Amino acid sequence: MSDLSAIRLSACPACDAAPMARHLADRAGGAATAAGDGTLILSLPRIHCAVCIGDVERALHAVPGVRLARVNLTLRRVTVDAPGLTAADLIPVLGRIGYEAHELDPDALSSGAADRQGRDLLMRIGVAGFAMMNVMILSVAVWSGAQDATRDLFHWISAAIALPTVAFAGQPFFSSAWTAIRARRLGMDVPISLALILATAISVYETVLSGHHAYFDAAVMLCFFLLIGRYLDHRTRAIARSAAAELTALEVPRATLLSATGERIVSAVSLAVGDLIRVRPGGRIPADGRIVEGRSEIDRALLTGETLPVAAGPGLDLSAGELNLTGPLVMRVTAAGRDTTLARLTALVEAAESARGRYTSLAERASRAYAPMVHLLAATSFAGWFWTTRDLRLSVNIAAAVLIITCPCALGLAVPAVATAASGRLFRRGLLIKDGTALERLAQVDTVVFDKTGTLTMGQPSLLSADALPEGLRPVTLALAQGSAHPLSRALAEALAGTTPAELNDLCEEPGHGVRAIWQGAEVRLGRADWLGVADDDAQRPGSATWLSVAGRAPIRLDFTDQMRPGAKDCVARLEADGQRVILISGDRPAAVADLAARLGIAEWHAGTDPMGKAAAIEALAAKGAHVLMLGDGLNDTAALARAHASISPASALDAARVASDMVLTGQDLLPVADALLTARRATARIRENFAISILYNVIAVPVAIAGLATPLLAALAMSASSITVTLNALRLRR
Amino acid sequence: MEILTILIPVSLGLGVVGLAAFIWTLRARQYDDPKGDAERILSDEWDDRPRPD
Repeated sequence: MSDLSAIRLSACPACDAAPMARHLADRAGGAATAAGDGTLILSLPRIHCAVCIGDVERALHAVPGVRLARVNLTLRRVTVDAPGLTAADLIPVLGRIGYEAHELDPDALSSGAADRQGRDLLMRIGVAGFAMMNVMILSVAVWSGAQDATRDLFHWISAAIALPTVAFAGQPFFSSAWTAIRARRLGMDVPISLALILATAISVYETVLSGHHAYFDAAVMLCFFLLIGRYLDHRTRAIARSAAAELTALEVPRATLLSATGERIVSAVSLAVGDLIRVRPGGRIPADGRIVEGRSEIDRALLTGETLPVAAGPGLDLSAGELNLTGPLVMRVTAAGRDTTLARLTALVEAAESARGRYTSLAERASRAYAPMVHLLAATSFAGWFWTTRDLRLSVNIAAAVLIITCPCALGLAVPAVATAASGRLFRRGLLIKDGTALERLAQVDTVVFDKTGTLTMGQPSLLSADALPEGLRPVTLALAQGSAHPLSRALAEALAGTTPAELNDLCEEPGHGVRAIWQGAEVRLGRADWLGVADDDAQRPGSATWLSVAGRAPIRLDFTDQMRPGAKDCVARLEADGQRVILISGDRPAAVADLAARLGIAEWHAGTDPMGKAAAIEALAAKGAHVLMLGDGLNDTAALARAHASISPASALDAARVASDMVLTGQDLLPVADALLTARRATARIRENFAISILYNVIAVPVAIAGLATPLLAALAMSASSITVTLNALRLRR
Repeated sequence: MEILTILIPVSLGLGVVGLAAFIWTLRARQYDDPKGDAERILSDEWDDRPRPD
């Protein structure tokens, strides 16, 4: 409480709350800047219980130099205050006790602003809630027949509570209404603000003249319900944004810079044209450049969808985002940062995204029709009553009643409540919604386009069958495979995990070709067909292959297949049963695409499509009136993802692809996609139902208000009843 | 009706106490990690003595 006493409490809670909100905001901002020095944030995806919290905090506190470690289970993160230590020091500590940890970039997370806004809204809800309860107690007394002096006293006390509350809690609406008016638009917030101001003003006027009806309770209740809608909306967005930021923060791009003074690790952003950089085997290429030294193989799957690695040597041009497989490479940077192929494609995506931004959500369409109608109704009833009775006070009273009753209380709750329930349900099943209107767009989808590599498949090879390999050669194959970090070798080692490796001499890896060694006096090789001197027919086969040769024996072909993503088959089957048109478009070879399409039962497929071709295919479908859902993970998919009506990418996708899509699959399983379509359709139906419910309330209550029969009691009843019905209806989605 | 002079300040006072408590929980960052706090209460690590901060 020592902190609280720093701010003097006055008689008016709203006056205290405003500086407090600011004070809190400063503290949150301070914490965010402090994160720069000495504070590390680690993501802990596997943490789930009290024991985990204790284990992690105890292990980290035991490390010398750690001042404070605090786990946040809701966000699955640990914040460590350890000046002088780096994430690389702490990740192995957690690894030893069995917790997977990843470094998060504190700058990329900058949750300060969102946090501050959420807390600010909560504070306003609290103040509005307090005021509502107290004003309601007084109002009940008035409704049940308080007379004369008592009624006036109660009205005055209500005014004392309601005026500062409306001024403080209504701020989010006033400021957004002001922005709307300045832009010459009529948003939902204009009628809300008008109703709040008019209701309060007319009530004060009535109180001064000791009138019968005051709408203080309605004004405060309006604030309370609408703020809850605002908060739900904010929280859904903040959770999605923070999870998306976490995915981005996981990849802190770094490069090894070679200079006259030696090697240095620098941020990929600081690279300049002409710099020499070294790329380790298994590392991602940080900038566009040309190979100066070294041989290796390059995996271009994320850029082109092609599963076969490309041999690389001096003189070959590389693009940022490609993966170096076998040998260390030295390359000279030809384009860095904003100019790289990757960044150019990302810019393309942004351009396409702004085109999709034109989609108007159901809520926007509703408010566009609603806002003018509300104003028109209030104005007409005022004019009508003034013309017939020439009584200004009565006419203004009736106009205020109409505004209060038609105020989009339920409308303001109808959409956020459904969105919160639906996105919460999908998040639990492994689908993260990044965009507010994504659910509605998803509900309209009638065509689903899949990318192959990395989306329907895992993007990792696995051995098709060990049958081609004689029992006697398995130990030597395993030993050779263990000598390389190439994905095919690793897949081979995994497939032969049960065998004991043979003893080899002079094991050496020839980058870009394969591994060779001496076994029982004879040379053995594992690698590319051309290196072993056999005819290569990879292009006609569905999978990739590697060859094993033992001196004096015929070479043996080992076939690999790209493993199917779990749930892919069920997902496709369910989509087709659901009546969706399923299409597979890939940049890979026809043989590979045909094989997968046959296994999944997809009749319509296109192979060898380049990024522009994919986007063009989506546009052609859209031109025919189809609403396309695109699923893809690579850079070659980004343009298509951004053009499609709705898009999903797996968490393993390249950053640019995740940015371009509306939804991200957090798990490996594809099945949530089929579920998401169903949930989206149910959510949209629920939103429409909610609109119908609030319109029904209005149809009943508005004529009463126009007829001049509305009382504050009726307004309060209609408002709370419709808000509660709408929220309960939305909650049905959670089941 | 004299009772009102006591009852109204009392009811408002109770409301203010509730509001102050809510603002305190907000400032003490008790809404930052609801899931973690629910689990932490099960840990017996600091049952014997308070955590030295």
